[in-house]
Amino acid sequence: MIPLKTFNRRRILKGMLGTSAVTVALPFLDCFLDVNGTALADGQKLPVCFGTWFWGLGLNPGRWEPPTAGKITGFGPELAGLEPYKDKVNVYSGTKVILDGRPMITHFTGDWAVLTGTTPREERVEIPSVDMLIADVIGTKTRFRSIEVTSTGNPVHSYSRRAGAAVNPAEPSPAALYARIFGPEFKDPNAADFKPDPQVMARQSVLSAVKEQRDDLAKTLGAADKARLDEYFSSLRQIEQQLDLELQKPAPLEACSKPEEVKELSPGTEVGTVFANHKLFAGLLAHALACGQTRVINVTFNDATSSLRKAGSSMSHHVFTHEESIDPQLGYQPNVTDFIMNISKGLGTMVATLDSIKEGDGTLLDRMLLMATTDTGYAKVHSLDNMPLITAGRAGGHMKTGIHVVAKGDPATRLGLTVQQAVGVPIHSWGTDSMETSKTFTEVMV
Amino acid sequence: MRRLAMCGAAAMLGFVGLAGSAMAEDAAGPAAMRRLTQEQYRQIINDVFGPTVTLGGRFEPDVRDAGLLAVGASQVSVTAAGLEQYDRMARSIAAQVVDEQHRALLVPCKPAAADAADDACAKTFLSKVGRLLFRRPLTQKEVASSVTAAHDAATKTGSFYNGVGLALAGFLEAPEFLFRQEVVEADPDHAGQYRLNAYSKASRLSFFLWNAAPDPELLAAAESGEINKPDGLKKQVDRLMASPRLEIGVRAFFSDMLAFDGFGTLAKDTSLYPKFTSQVLRDAQEQTMRTIVDHLLVQNADYRDLFTTRKTFMTPLLASIYKVQASFPEGVLNPWVAYEYPANAEQAGILTEASFVGLHSQPGRSSATVRGKALREVMLCQKVPDPPGNVNFNLVQDTNNPNFKTARQRLEAHRSEATCAGCHKIMDPVGLSMENFDTIGGFRTTENGAMIDSSGELDGAKFTNVIGLGKAVHDNPAATACIVNRVYQFGVGHKPTKSEAAWMTQTLAANFKTGGYKFTALLKDIATSDTFYRTTAPQTGALDTPHSKLASGQ
Repeated sequence: MIPLKTFNRRRILKGMLGTSAVTVALPFLDCFLDVNGTALADGQKLPVCFGTWFWGLGLNPGRWEPPTAGKITGFGPELAGLEPYKDKVNVYSGTKVILDGRPMITHFTGDWAVLTGTTPREERVEIPSVDMLIADVIGTKTRFRSIEVTSTGNPVHSYSRRAGAAVNPAEPSPAALYARIFGPEFKDPNAADFKPDPQVMARQSVLSAVKEQRDDLAKTLGAADKARLDEYFSSLRQIEQQLDLELQKPAPLEACSKPEEVKELSPGTEVGTVFANHKLFAGLLAHALACGQTRVINVTFNDATSSLRKAGSSMSHHVFTHEESIDPQLGYQPNVTDFIMNISKGLGTMVATLDSIKEGDGTLLDRMLLMATTDTGYAKVHSLDNMPLITAGRAGGHMKTGIHVVAKGDPATRLGLTVQQAVGVPIHSWGTDSMETSKTFTEVMV
Repeated sequence: MRRLAMCGAAAMLGFVGLAGSAMAEDAAGPAAMRRLTQEQYRQIINDVFGPTVTLGGRFEPDVRDAGLLAVGASQVSVTAAGLEQYDRMARSIAAQVVDEQHRALLVPCKPAAADAADDACAKTFLSKVGRLLFRRPLTQKEVASSVTAAHDAATKTGSFYNGVGLALAGFLEAPEFLFRQEVVEADPDHAGQYRLNAYSKASRLSFFLWNAAPDPELLAAAESGEINKPDGLKKQVDRLMASPRLEIGVRAFFSDMLAFDGFGTLAKDTSLYPKFTSQVLRDAQEQTMRTIVDHLLVQNADYRDLFTTRKTFMTPLLASIYKVQASFPEGVLNPWVAYEYPANAEQAGILTEASFVGLHSQPGRSSATVRGKALREVMLCQKVPDPPGNVNFNLVQDTNNPNFKTARQRLEAHRSEATCAGCHKIMDPVGLSMENFDTIGGFRTTENGAMIDSSGELDGAKFTNVIGLGKAVHDNPAATACIVNRVYQFGVGHKPTKSEAAWMTQTLAANFKTGGYKFTALLKDIATSDTFYRTTAPQTGALDTPHSKLASGQ
């Protein structure tokens, strides 16, 4: 007799594909979940998810930090939008990016040093960002290993990259993102019927043929080009995995629902447009996470050299940071701060959206870890000190929240290491040269 | 491209990438593996399947390196999100090729039955199309593998055409198509030296002059070995240069060099500049392209005159922005007419066109610094260093200060900051001479009610307005060295090695000057040279190539 455990869904469905449409009864798979949908029946929790949320041009020093270290009782005015979530976020002040004698490439060095753990030597980065290291651990069994979006309309505004000269292009259109995730290839995990598509199996044969040439192709390549070819084949594996998943009836996810179709908004850098597009992205990504389509997301609110602007104004956020006076009464640059408040509101929207999806007794945010980073501690002078860093979510119970961590000039990589360990990456130190650290923020680790 | 490390002094250096001590006659660079650019992908699909087949997808962004997307293409791979897009496009294109509208024309045989696999017909079709897409005949293994895939797919879906369509989609997302992998062989005529093999040579030549894959005639010249004979190569170069498709290649090169990809995401504040529309954006690029094509290909005029010529082309929209009067035919939608600025106009040359001053500006206002930097980097191949960290901007922050009405006044205040002065000195005096153009290229004489002073200076040449700037660029040796460098890099896809740089200086640049700076002569000089196809030893030491097992008779 064949042991029962060998009858997994894939085996059953593969056996059925030779026939025409197949309907798989829901109850068979339903037994995998407990009654409240937060854990598999064997007690295993829904998987941890990770995200980065990038914004350009930092915050004003002294105006965002919670007043005291330890438990967050309130925020500086520029993070006031997070007030409803003060028990679900952490704020990290006092970290820095260390140059080690390398040039300070404005709006480039800070962003990539925080996200890759290495201060760039030139305007070029060829090591993976932290989200990719995490995706390689937690994102290998989902339809999308990661999803990148940008609210700026420009796909190059992405702060996620693999080992290569290019960033992972960010999706600039919410409508296109909807089609990509929830279009015809989306398999609703809660649908009663499931019909494997013979076309998908046919596509698998074709991709096998593509893969067969790999050795012949690699044979004459030097190391750098071979690495590029490897990246191509790694990308091909994701397509194969997507096809694989399309042939399986997905496990039901109670919190999953297909969102309403999103209409195209005109892209642009006007701050209201950016905010509207970001809100649409937040909703789509939260649904994608809840529906198990991915476990890693990367969101760009605005680019490092922020091109945000207000309608009718001749100056961008970036230009304002350098050309606007500090108001002597207020003590800060008013127009710059207005942009900051919009960004902060955007982050609040992202957190609120993740928290709005109920999963059993908690929310999606509880099994999420969202890491918000920027390129500078103070844009007015391109500072790399006191980098504003924020996390939201409890990483499925691996992070404590509601804490203000005050680092005393430690490298910002401590956060990158902390989040990797929190989501389960087996790593004990991260970063290079003076940015290397083996110290997590133990205050927030469970 | 080397940085202007000490800004003030180094601006006088001109182009700095050409110096080298290696012997020019030994010039050689590495073979490249380049991802097809968006334009190349489009062009190939158009060439192979015709204009009625549409792409239906979006590309992974190209990456710029050493001033060119053509060089960045040698650095990039295909990300997971990017391959998803290629996969989608490949299936969309393939489905169109085998649909009822196209199959009679594009599939050269009919299957015995449309609802079953037909290996013979699949082999005929896939071998033919594969040769054009992979820019070489398929290997026997590749043919067998694709026919098997088509067979499987046809069987699973009950459709021959669906089967070959999916196999074709496999070609279109295969690395052999998406990357131009150059293959090296030992040069039988020069012991110890290496060169591109015949098919790679044909590809390099074709993408260089046409920005497209080799056509059947060029592939035949590679297959027969004719392309490796001096006369055979010259014949092909002459043929390609005589073709109207040369214009496509020249447009592709200048679109790359002038960074026109930036137009894809260029935003302007339309509440401040209501004349700015997507049509203006297209017209701006087309104006410069028409100017370049007319000047360099039709007139075969001196490259340097592009910076001073009063001849250009206009649409009603552009004429309205530039505030010029031109006559347009009635009843024609968005007509183009040749236009010549009057001798006393303060507009002439491509630096005064919206494609330059509009592209290199902020969304809501002009930027002398951005324009100055762009002129240095794009036209003169000089790299301006990034600004330093921890700079105090207090001196230029008060935009409402009545003493700082114009950009010049604000920037002069900024330049009094010692850490900024070095670099701004090489950007601002250049950019300020273009201040008569607002952020969309509109001509103006005042800013905030104050008269604009458009005097400036470039590497010691002083001038009173943008006409003088054009002349200074025209006379600057860095401009001609730069175009030589860029054109060569566009062809080879890498930064020049020392030996290539020396060859460029001693041979290419010298010939360019002697010939009166004729762009077509420069193209021909490169395309017929030995250096263009010579390579360094393969990095793996392996000369065994996929082509050693090419299927015969295809």
